[in-house]
Amino acid sequence: MLLGTNLLMAQTTATADAAKPGVNWLSVGYYVLLFVLIAISIAVIGKILKVYDLSQQIQGKKGIHWNNIMGVICLVFLVGGLGGAYWDITVQGSMTLPEAASKHGVKIDAMFLTTTIITLIVFVITQILLFTFLFRYRHSDKRRAYFLPHNNTIEKVWTIIPAIVLTILVIFGFFTWQEVENSSPVKGDINIDVTGHQFAWEIRYAGPDGILGKKDFRLTAGANKLGIDFKDKNSMDDLQADTLVLPVNKVIRLNIFAQDVIHSVYMPHFRVQQNAVPGLPTFFKFTPTITTEEMRRKVDDPKFEYLLYCNKICGSSHYNMQRVVRVVTEGEYNQWIAKQKPYLTPALRTELKLAAADQKKSITQNRLALNN
Amino acid sequence: MSTLAVHDHGVAHHEEGHEHHHDTFLTKYVFSQDHKMIAKQFLITGITMAVIAMLLSILFRIQLAYPDKSFPLLETLLGRFAPEGRLDPEFYLSLVTIHGTIMVFFVLTAGLSGTFSNLLIPLQVGARDMASPFINMLSYWFFLTACVIMLSSFFIQKGPAGPGWTIYPPLSALPTAMKGSGLGMTLWLISMVCFVASSLMGGINYVSTVLNMRTKGMDLWKMPLTIWAFFLTAILGVLSFPVLVAGVVLLIFDRSFGTSFYLSDIVVNGQVMPFEGGSPILFQHLFWFLGHPEVYIVIMPAMGISSEVMSVNSRKPIFGYHAMVYSLIGITVLSFIVWGHHMFITGMNPFLGGVFMITTLIIAVPSAVKTFNWLATLWRGNIRFTPAMLFAIGMVSFFISGGITGIFLGNAALDINLHDTYFVVAHFHLVMGSAAIFGMLAGVYHWFPKMFGKMMDEKLGYLHFWLTFIGAYLVFFPMHFMGLDGVPRRYYAFTEFASMQRWLSVNMFITWAAIMSACAQVAFLYNFITSIFWGRKATQNPWQANTLEWTTPVEHLHGNWPGEIPSVYRWPYDYSKPGAEEDYILQTTPLSQTMSSNLPHDFEDNPAGLEALNKWTSTQKANEEVK
Repeated sequence: MLLGTNLLMAQTTATADAAKPGVNWLSVGYYVLLFVLIAISIAVIGKILKVYDLSQQIQGKKGIHWNNIMGVICLVFLVGGLGGAYWDITVQGSMTLPEAASKHGVKIDAMFLTTTIITLIVFVITQILLFTFLFRYRHSDKRRAYFLPHNNTIEKVWTIIPAIVLTILVIFGFFTWQEVENSSPVKGDINIDVTGHQFAWEIRYAGPDGILGKKDFRLTAGANKLGIDFKDKNSMDDLQADTLVLPVNKVIRLNIFAQDVIHSVYMPHFRVQQNAVPGLPTFFKFTPTITTEEMRRKVDDPKFEYLLYCNKICGSSHYNMQRVVRVVTEGEYNQWIAKQKPYLTPALRTELKLAAADQKKSITQNRLALNN
Repeated sequence: MSTLAVHDHGVAHHEEGHEHHHDTFLTKYVFSQDHKMIAKQFLITGITMAVIAMLLSILFRIQLAYPDKSFPLLETLLGRFAPEGRLDPEFYLSLVTIHGTIMVFFVLTAGLSGTFSNLLIPLQVGARDMASPFINMLSYWFFLTACVIMLSSFFIQKGPAGPGWTIYPPLSALPTAMKGSGLGMTLWLISMVCFVASSLMGGINYVSTVLNMRTKGMDLWKMPLTIWAFFLTAILGVLSFPVLVAGVVLLIFDRSFGTSFYLSDIVVNGQVMPFEGGSPILFQHLFWFLGHPEVYIVIMPAMGISSEVMSVNSRKPIFGYHAMVYSLIGITVLSFIVWGHHMFITGMNPFLGGVFMITTLIIAVPSAVKTFNWLATLWRGNIRFTPAMLFAIGMVSFFISGGITGIFLGNAALDINLHDTYFVVAHFHLVMGSAAIFGMLAGVYHWFPKMFGKMMDEKLGYLHFWLTFIGAYLVFFPMHFMGLDGVPRRYYAFTEFASMQRWLSVNMFITWAAIMSACAQVAFLYNFITSIFWGRKATQNPWQANTLEWTTPVEHLHGNWPGEIPSVYRWPYDYSKPGAEEDYILQTTPLSQTMSSNLPHDFEDNPAGLEALNKWTSTQKANEEVK
């Protein structure tokens, strides 16, 4: 019925829009026809089975043993499924991320491996039990099921064992987590601001003074895209960059901001992810350990790049909000950063000069205007 | 047994004739206050919504498999949402959002709980109807209103809501941030308020019916596990859904009245917005305070249904009935204190993240106990493969496969790299998507004779099961590895990243597997619809089950039982009891009629009964000796 109307609709629209280029009604028709043919052949097979079943019953035989057939299919599914899972794990499992390129990432990966081994064992055993029980204990008229309402000992065993295993995982996980999220500020950490907006990341490095200047979202206007407060002396030498370049083996503190909606800083190769939330500055501290060059050799891909991309739904171009991340040696880093341009471009300087004449007044006026 | 059935029929016909004088078409099929009719209304609306949501998923799967290809057919079907035969990126996000919303709320909450709580609570506890039939009717009509409002958003200029089913502000709060945050979002919020109203009316009804209207002898420990599951689910819903409404109302204020509950420091397209002092994280707390219990609202009825179906079809009592109930209670309680595991990397205090990680992994213990108990139920059973049984087994298989990946995601340290990737998509589609929908389908196949008085075709059921079961694994299993490669969810296309393009072939494979599974649902729909009208007539107790609903006559009547409501004398799982004549004993059979199969355990708090049993066994022994 449904298919018939579909086909009918297809035909009517086809005649109406015949002039319109593109819609290949013939191939649509083929797909529909294919489906109808499959449906019909299934119906035919069904009828044959029914006739066979009835003729068997007329002869006083039992007919098709569906319980046996289903039992066997369960077994076939178990073998096929485990084989498929094994194939998937080896083939697609090898397409996953390369080794962690950060200090804490190595710990996360170790944790991941432990969890994978434990859960895979549980997965394989429980699925084998499930489907072999189905085959082994399929229905038979001669047998009666074994009346076993409960057994307190075995129930205690399989409550306590998962509890112990999970306790171990929790303890490991808790300490790894505390370590990763350790927030104590240390002198010499490299501070970098990453600000997300629809649909790009802005990167701001501290200048020679090593301190990032203050920001205020109310100051966002014109060339001052990030709302940097240039009254703060530390802001004067802040640098902007297109690429997130990081020196290897140095502690990096990413200060994460968002201007419009929630974004997420995701750098999977470093096992780094932190949401960028408007109004709630967040940060992530990590130490890259493998330079881009080394990683290219390791994954055998001369074009490999580390990436930073958005991992929280943020609008139409969410799927294309990326920045290249490059990990380099300290020497290369110093060379690179010397070439970066300050945020305070001449254009911005002239824009702000006007305000600089009587800075205090204009800012208070701005504030007033905003409050209204 | 047989005399009882005949007796039922006689009275049933009398009652039917009597009823016909009062019932018009409108009061019988539309504004019905009969819980069985309301259950059917919920079921058919739920199935309709499920089909719609499934078709939406096929649309975005096509986009993911063929990101560079143009399908002129799509433009014909969708118009401005697919210019030049390619989905609009914002419409893609709307599809994802509405697919999630419909599946989680409209299908797996209302379609599942609404159908089976309504059908089974009165029938299995022995009540004539729900505590409040009128509110029950309202519950359905609010649900239908919510469905209609949600779907109507496809017909407005800017299209349906698009910020994901979790509707995180500020994206959902700023109409300028995306098309899907405009009128579509407003409709989403209104629809959700109606939905929660429906859900609350239903939930209060379920709780009060279970607590107050059980028949004589039906103490809490004699209730089938289905009822336990529905009861605890309803409690979860009643306690957590109001929090969602609170969150939604504040969001409406932020959107329409200029408040700043969730908004602060916002600059959209260079435009400084006046919001100050709010926190987007607050919304996430409010949302997930419902959102996490919600996943248990989805899965617990499926667990209850599967337990019942597996016990009936293994011809064996459910293993560890008490443990099953306590684990359900454990899950209910714990589910209120784990919501933070959705927010490990949102900027929530890391210490809080650690605490939520501990509570989250604790909840895995009752889940593990349930799984092992199901396996033990099958062990040495006498397993009949009805389609319902197969779906219940599929539910267990999915619950294991999807459940173990929860141990990765519940671990805050591992979640850093897995959060919001396809690993998460694989996890929840297996553990709450596929498992819950399989529980629901098991229920449909099992209680179809009770609902419609007809049997469904078994062979088509087999076909439906295997195609769907294999299809779902083919769709979701490879997604784990995409997630492990850092492929994010909710991406319109993977063409912009060199590292993600190698997953294109996998995406094509997944899409075709999804199309195959979707086609398999035609087998179900055909079976469902034709069986309602032309199916084989059902007998009174087609599965030889013990529970009370199978003592009602096949022909429905308002009030369920002609004459007196039967009393209950035993638990619902006396299958294959040694010494019994048949391999099942109805809950309504008194222990005095089954002296040969009684066990000392049956008289735990009944010393008089135990004495009678001892006397009976000693006389039996004496008789043996005489012989």
